[in-house]
Amino acid sequence: MSSGASSWSFTEDDFGAITQSLQRFLYESNARCALLVDRTGQLVATVGEQPKFDPTAFATLTAADFSANDQLARLIGETDFNSLFHQGEKESMYLADVARRVILVVLFDNRTTLGLVRLKMKQSVDELTAIFQQVFERPQTGHGEGGGLLSGAEDEIDKLFQ
Amino acid sequence: MSMINYASREINCKIVYYGPGLGGKTTNLEHVYGKVQPDTRGKLISLATETERTLFFDFLPVDLGTIRGFKTRFHLYTVPGQVYYNASRKLILKGVDGIVFVADSQIERMEANQEAMQNLYDNMAEYGYDLTRMPFIIQYNKRDLPNAAPVKELQAALNPGWEVVDPSKQRVMPDAYHAGENLVEQLPTGEWVERATYFEAVAVTGDGVFDTLKAVSKLVLKALA
Repeated sequence: MSSGASSWSFTEDDFGAITQSLQRFLYESNARCALLVDRTGQLVATVGEQPKFDPTAFATLTAADFSANDQLARLIGETDFNSLFHQGEKESMYLADVARRVILVVLFDNRTTLGLVRLKMKQSVDELTAIFQQVFERPQTGHGEGGGLLSGAEDEIDKLFQ
Repeated sequence: MSMINYASREINCKIVYYGPGLGGKTTNLEHVYGKVQPDTRGKLISLATETERTLFFDFLPVDLGTIRGFKTRFHLYTVPGQVYYNASRKLILKGVDGIVFVADSQIERMEANQEAMQNLYDNMAEYGYDLTRMPFIIQYNKRDLPNAAPVKELQAALNPGWEVVDPSKQRVMPDAYHAGENLVEQLPTGEWVERATYFEAVAVTGDGVFDTLKAVSKLVLKALA
């Protein structure tokens, strides 16, 4: 049994690859904005028009939305719903699972259609899945879960809480 | 599950406040929200019923400072305490890095506390997490009430300690927050046990709220180090 969930980290190169894939998707689909959120509710990346809402709160609610829907899926005999669609009068959002650990959220308005977003999203989800699988499979260096970043930082941590 | 973002230079960690209904979990978060500088915290999100009972969770992000050039950002969550909300309670535990168990000190709530503690162990085990090996703090709330049980009784009921099997860890570890008490010690029966750190609190006035938060955050960061 593990002591808790394992941590993960991603580098600027990962970030560059993610951003590039999402930018291409936004260009092709004419959607406004794409956000990547991990399943525990933490915001990983935002690409496209900067949202006017609080992205941290948005990320948390997205993860909760997805988790609740996973449970609903199980109740009706499905393993999960790998995508969700929320339709608004002007703004809509489409959410899709990436590598079982991350959620891609796309915000779009009436400048495009659900069909086009869904079509282009599939390719983007495949690309992102490949990127994230690499990130998750990368071994964490052996200095605790922080991958060595905080090793030897005990004094600094103590000072933070004085 | 902490997430280290090298691009935005942030360390994100998740702390969950767990415990029986009406124990003061949301009040803890509300106090933190009211006291920290607005530029170091986000919005307090509450998914609550019309009568202000937590339905799904409360959520508050706070920044606690910078370490090695990385901003430490803690996501504080509460769970709904009422027994029948177990499905949503379990969802919130996903990816948790540290737990605060908020116990209601009132004698009448002893059974509810114990049920909630058992439920916490069960839900953690279902995710494959071992509570005894991760940052875990117990807060005895409502210490100001006349019907509050003595801390000793609460400790015996909720924090009796788990067995320390590893011989290398069988050495006395004093409790840094309570002089004369130990977190790891040998019982008269010869068995070694370890207990979680505890704090006394009156969340409505804020007593003990930040002590609890600081202690659990420190444990979470040290677990990463």
